[in-house]
Amino acid sequence: MMTLKVNGHDHQIDADPDTPLLYVLRDDIKLNAAKFGCGLGQCGACTVIVDGKAVLSCVTPLLLLEGKQVTTLEGLGTIDAPAPIQRAFMEEQAAQCGYCIAGMMMRAQALLRKNPRPTDAQIRDELEPHLCRCGTHMRILRAVRRAAQLMDTAELSSTIHGSAR
Amino acid sequence: MNGPVVLDRRRVLAGGGALIVSFAMSDGFAQDQAAPAAPKPPGSLATSPYLDSWIRIDADGGITVFTGKAELGQGFKTAFQQIAAEELDVPFTSLKVVTADTRRTANEGYTSGSHSMQDSGTAILNAAAQVRELLVAEAARRLNLPAENFRTENGAVIAPDGQHLSYGDLVAGDMLHVQAQAKSTLKDPATYKVMGQPVPRVDIPAKVTGGAAYVQDMRLPGMVHARVVRPPSYGAQLTECDTAAVEKLPGVVKVVRNGNFLAVVADKEFQSVKAMRTLSAVAKWRETPGLPKQDDLPRVLTSLPSQDSTIFERSDPAAVGQRTLEATYARPYQSHGSIGPSCAIAQSVNGPMTVWTHTQGVYPDRQGIAEMLRVPAANVRLIHVEGSGCYGHNGADDAAADAALIARELPGVPVRVQWMREQEHGWEPFGPAMVTKLKASLDGNGAIASWNFEVWSNTHTMRPGGAGSMLAAQHMAQPFAAPAPKPIPLPEGGGDRNAIPIYKFPNAHVVHHFIPSMPVRVSSMRALGAYHNVFSIESFMDELAGLAGADPVEFRLRHLDDPRGRDIIEKAAQGFGWQKGQKAPPDRGFGFAFARYKNLAAYCAIASEVEVDRETGRPRLVRAVAAVDSGQVVNPDGLINQIEGAIMQSASWTLYEAVTFDDTRITSIDWQTYPILRFNAVPRNIEVHIINRPGQPFLGSGETGQGPAAASIANAIANATGKRLRDLPLTRKKIKDAIDA
Repeated sequence: MMTLKVNGHDHQIDADPDTPLLYVLRDDIKLNAAKFGCGLGQCGACTVIVDGKAVLSCVTPLLLLEGKQVTTLEGLGTIDAPAPIQRAFMEEQAAQCGYCIAGMMMRAQALLRKNPRPTDAQIRDELEPHLCRCGTHMRILRAVRRAAQLMDTAELSSTIHGSAR
Repeated sequence: MNGPVVLDRRRVLAGGGALIVSFAMSDGFAQDQAAPAAPKPPGSLATSPYLDSWIRIDADGGITVFTGKAELGQGFKTAFQQIAAEELDVPFTSLKVVTADTRRTANEGYTSGSHSMQDSGTAILNAAAQVRELLVAEAARRLNLPAENFRTENGAVIAPDGQHLSYGDLVAGDMLHVQAQAKSTLKDPATYKVMGQPVPRVDIPAKVTGGAAYVQDMRLPGMVHARVVRPPSYGAQLTECDTAAVEKLPGVVKVVRNGNFLAVVADKEFQSVKAMRTLSAVAKWRETPGLPKQDDLPRVLTSLPSQDSTIFERSDPAAVGQRTLEATYARPYQSHGSIGPSCAIAQSVNGPMTVWTHTQGVYPDRQGIAEMLRVPAANVRLIHVEGSGCYGHNGADDAAADAALIARELPGVPVRVQWMREQEHGWEPFGPAMVTKLKASLDGNGAIASWNFEVWSNTHTMRPGGAGSMLAAQHMAQPFAAPAPKPIPLPEGGGDRNAIPIYKFPNAHVVHHFIPSMPVRVSSMRALGAYHNVFSIESFMDELAGLAGADPVEFRLRHLDDPRGRDIIEKAAQGFGWQKGQKAPPDRGFGFAFARYKNLAAYCAIASEVEVDRETGRPRLVRAVAAVDSGQVVNPDGLINQIEGAIMQSASWTLYEAVTFDDTRITSIDWQTYPILRFNAVPRNIEVHIINRPGQPFLGSGETGQGPAAASIANAIANATGKRLRDLPLTRKKIKDAIDA
């Protein structure tokens, strides 16, 4: 039994320590966003954030996550109160089948936390580990740029109004 | 929930009676009633004519639209909702759309061939118009007033005196259980409020917030996890498999062995992965080499026995060629490469089997699974749930069959089967390799006088219908043989799709060499033969334009009569800034290509700018400008999204992709061995221009861009390097070798 902190909540996990985080998130905690794409760290569909960094959950065993903070797409916002990155992907209609999108969003989120105003080249570099088969790349890039603007506006308004959002 | 299409004889007869009563009240339909042999209603209404197969209105006013097509990420669920809302005059958000389910929706065969808008969209458009008409007639009858002064708005019929009668109040009993008429009174497109608007997709919010959106996300109570251990190669026989150790592993519920079909079931998902690995290690197989030489594919294909047919012939002895050009183009086997490997859930409860699947065809797949299980089709229900994008016949149907075969061994228990990456890459039916040989001559004025086109290809459909199309059925102890391959008949065609030129040539001869023997497992992949045929024709048009000393765009227009085709070529050229006599910047090239998909669906022209690194040969699509005419547009942003995606995916096929194999095994089994386009190769810009054709039939858009994108990139590479590449994919190495040659 191990305690895993996901989206701010502690979960008691009864799984072998070599179990990849992806299976714990999907099977034990019943989260949907992180996706099984390859199990080999080659496609990015399983990406989540661990202590602020984008991590490929399909090749990250549970035993490495003791005491760490795991964030999944579910932890950023909800369908009724979407986070800026989620709003941006909705506004840009940045999906076709959408299977790869959650992973893309998590890496973009980690990037924007570290670098709120990335250049186009920096966004492309950052998303390099991620595959999209529908060919939604142009919209994904637009959505990440829009997310940066939305976050900027949100931070600005929180500075002005002192509110959390 | 009750399905609308559970037809028994009594209901049909009762419906028939209601039909006469209902339509007798409607002037608009009265004329059609008189016709002795009425033509069939449009779209899929022709095969599923009952209006309540498509639209149901509950007493509380709730409206459900039913489609037999499967949402695959193209976004048509949103488009269908727009169509129904428009023709019914109800708010967009008041409707919901139910997709393919053998118990609830019409049988619309496969979701393929860019047919969803034409078949299902057209059916919903006309069904909605006729339902609205029936509701108006019913309101008029109740108020004892003539129907012509009634109007509809916001889910209600409004009488001339302003009285509102809601749809929910008006609909009663079997009122919508009537057969559609051949003609509908459709709205004037100029009055559209919902159709033609870029309405945001209904499925995206859940997909970007972690909602349950895919079959992979389904969790049924008591569900267990299964993994299949597939043979290492086609035809391999399981000779030895001691399952004792696997059965003792933590969480393992069962090992299923049925001939060469091998699977393991466990309580938790990763337990099943570990058990699969152990099972895989103890399974011994006898393999037989049988794959062709990969580096000699064009010769292999053209020397296999073929059934040859001349599919087009035109001759005009007055047109005489003076200069002749010949070329051979080839395409390798290519992979659908879905990002999410196939997945399905099956559950057998007291006999009947339910399968949740991302198949493109719930009805044909049900037939195959029922045959495999040797039960009547009525005992099997297939429900479509979205999966990762498939782009044709990937592992979806096979995974559904796997789940059903395993679930039969565990009565009552929902069994989830998830394919691994190497299984999807190794076992999916690939897009077939193809060869084309072209020969043409120019007359003294630089116009094409004669045109010869020959194409060699396997079938482009081995989709289920029978059990033999599915791996599980092929591998079980009493196996089903794969059915004999058949060509898809023209005018749509398979290997010969788009083989007949749309251009007007005085002499033309087109031959289809259909190859029945299939050394590699193949089936339908987005655009079928049109991808390679358009790549060949449109590359060769540029070669001929070069010989004629003509501008490629002007050369195409010179040979094209079709006015919509001419419009779309001009639109793309204008959007790109194409100029006669233009010169691309150093190490860059411009390319152009055009096709009308299947010569009967959407028009698409694409202009590309490609940069080639002369040192390494590395090509990069810098920008692309497309123009598309898909008839009446329902959702312009959805259409743009499809074309953008087609360009990116086709660029990936064209520049990078080939399935690899040795003499026994498929060796491209992951993203390292089967590389596809990554963000470092994403263009600076893609622009899509739409020519809307209000009131014209829907033409679909999912596949129209694949061929033109490939040829425009190939033409731009030729323009940049002065070297013509004809053997797909146009890799960095081939470009470098051509530059150095």
